[in-house]
Amino acid sequence: MSSRGLYEKILLDHAKNPRNFKVPEVFDVKLEGFNPLCGDQFTFYLVFDGDSIEQVYFHGNGCAVSKASASILTTLLEGKSKREALNIIESFIKIMKTSPNEKIDEDKLGKMAVLVGVREFPVRIKCATLPWHTVEKIIQGETHSVVSTE
Amino acid sequence: MIEPLYIKSREGLSTGPNIGKSRTAVEYLARKIGLETLRSNFPILGISVRGKPLVYLDNAATTQKPQMLIDAVNRYYSRENANVHRGIHYLSEKLTDRYEEVRTKVRGFIGAKVDCEIVFTKGTTEGINLIASSFALPRLKQGDEILVTYMEHHSNLIPWQIVAQKSGAKLRVLPITDDGLLDLSYIDEFLSDRTKIFAFTYVSNVLGTINPVRDLTKRAHEVGAVVIIDGAQAIAHLPVNVQEIDCDFFVASGHKMYGPTGIGILYGKAPILSEMEPYQTGGSMILNVKLDNTIYAHIPHKFEAGTPNIEGVIGLGSAIDFLNSVGMYNISAYEEALVSYAYQRLLEVPGINIVGPFEPRTGVLSFTMDCAHPHDISQILDEEGIAIRAGHHCAQPLMERLGLPATARASFAIYNSVEEVDLLIKALHKVRKIFG
Ligand SMILES: Cc1ncc(COP(=O)(O)O)c(C=O)c1O
Repeated sequence: MSSRGLYEKILLDHAKNPRNFKVPEVFDVKLEGFNPLCGDQFTFYLVFDGDSIEQVYFHGNGCAVSKASASILTTLLEGKSKREALNIIESFIKIMKTSPNEKIDEDKLGKMAVLVGVREFPVRIKCATLPWHTVEKIIQGETHSVVSTE
Repeated sequence: MIEPLYIKSREGLSTGPNIGKSRTAVEYLARKIGLETLRSNFPILGISVRGKPLVYLDNAATTQKPQMLIDAVNRYYSRENANVHRGIHYLSEKLTDRYEEVRTKVRGFIGAKVDCEIVFTKGTTEGINLIASSFALPRLKQGDEILVTYMEHHSNLIPWQIVAQKSGAKLRVLPITDDGLLDLSYIDEFLSDRTKIFAFTYVSNVLGTINPVRDLTKRAHEVGAVVIIDGAQAIAHLPVNVQEIDCDFFVASGHKMYGPTGIGILYGKAPILSEMEPYQTGGSMILNVKLDNTIYAHIPHKFEAGTPNIEGVIGLGSAIDFLNSVGMYNISAYEEALVSYAYQRLLEVPGINIVGPFEPRTGVLSFTMDCAHPHDISQILDEEGIAIRAGHHCAQPLMERLGLPATARASFAIYNSVEEVDLLIKALHKVRKIFG
């Protein structure tokens, strides 16, 4: 797969026009994710409504892969219960750990599908998973430190 | 092997015919240094990656190795291997002589006074740590100051943080200007009789900036500070003479000067080295050992405990032979022309921001693009067979000062050509097409 395959149209769209990309006026918790290898640095802001996630926002700096991944993540978690959100995150991280040769039913993945191609580029997997690890930590209640991919 | 170029100084070169920053000028110099032959001495430059000929522009990370080095290391393992400074037998004696000949070669190459001022280390990082532990730590105390600069590699920052923490000395950081030069208007404020150590880089591994090392050394000596120069990015690109600079210590890495990894050079003035405690202890660094007391060997062996990296030393010798065969003045003249051409061409790419001054600089060229993150730039370039680096380049405080999370960095070496610069530019236009 060439890089042009990595930078699919949908991924580029999310990178250029990231959804929920702002520092919200009010939020319940925030956590910073940092990839020391390339300097990707995003802060995620969560607004909860009881046990469910009302909104996820993010802001910061990073490559197209990490930014698009974060953007997609925020759209996926809107309105989900914490349990559902953790399941989505877990399944995504699990997929990213599989070999690129492993066939995956892309229809079932929905919005996550555009990120599956990243598996072909081992050094970029961390870019894609950083947002997910960070938000996972927030939901699990870890809010006091920086999440690092190293 | 490579025909020497009879250019004696940079001044002489710039008054020569057809010299400028044009493509023709660089090509003229390329012919003078015999670039084609020179390139053919580096087998790796002939390989293809991702179906494209390799364009290797990550020379600030590490340089490629000439065939003569590969042959020398091969010969060493096939026919010459033994331990050094130990056996009374043919192989060991021969190899010990060769090992010590490389020390002499290094001394000549950096213009040190005597061989015993040259210590073999693992690299720049180990050299600085050695100075920090064996020289600085036992001497510094509360009230003293250590001065570094904003453009240091982490390896010339963290050892000093630790010395400061342990000794109670204060670590101070000389600012830089927005252009990426040391801000010398602050020098009197930061350099005082409290300053015991001034450690700075000769060339920035992010900005490419060449610092005025002679001047800085003089200023530091006026207040009685000891000067440590990180020469990692200078040694393969500029003629270095430690006696002219008059620095007290100078460190560099073999692998950034066409030599092997795991070998480095530490230069220290003999009287200072002699007074220092050993860094590591054990075999090879002793004169006489009793169960309760040991007399250490003289310098430099006092600092070379254990069986050394012999392969590395042999390879380093070949690397210096290679550098000498081209000539450091020729190397710096050619690279200077090549990078000024590259700088110019980069500026022509819309949305590019070059991080670092136009001059005085070496071939380390950092940049960002409005449309793409450095990591994405690097990915697209990789697809074209072009190797550059993206990230913070082990200089996080500098990146923070510049307000950049990361840069893309193309770094040139003597074997790079104008054609390769053109390929870089072409690929950057592709990046714009994809992300713009
Ligand atoms: C300016 C500078 N100093 C120090 C180092 C560390 O060198 P090494 O990793 O070979 O010890 C580097 C290499 O990245 C460098 O560029």
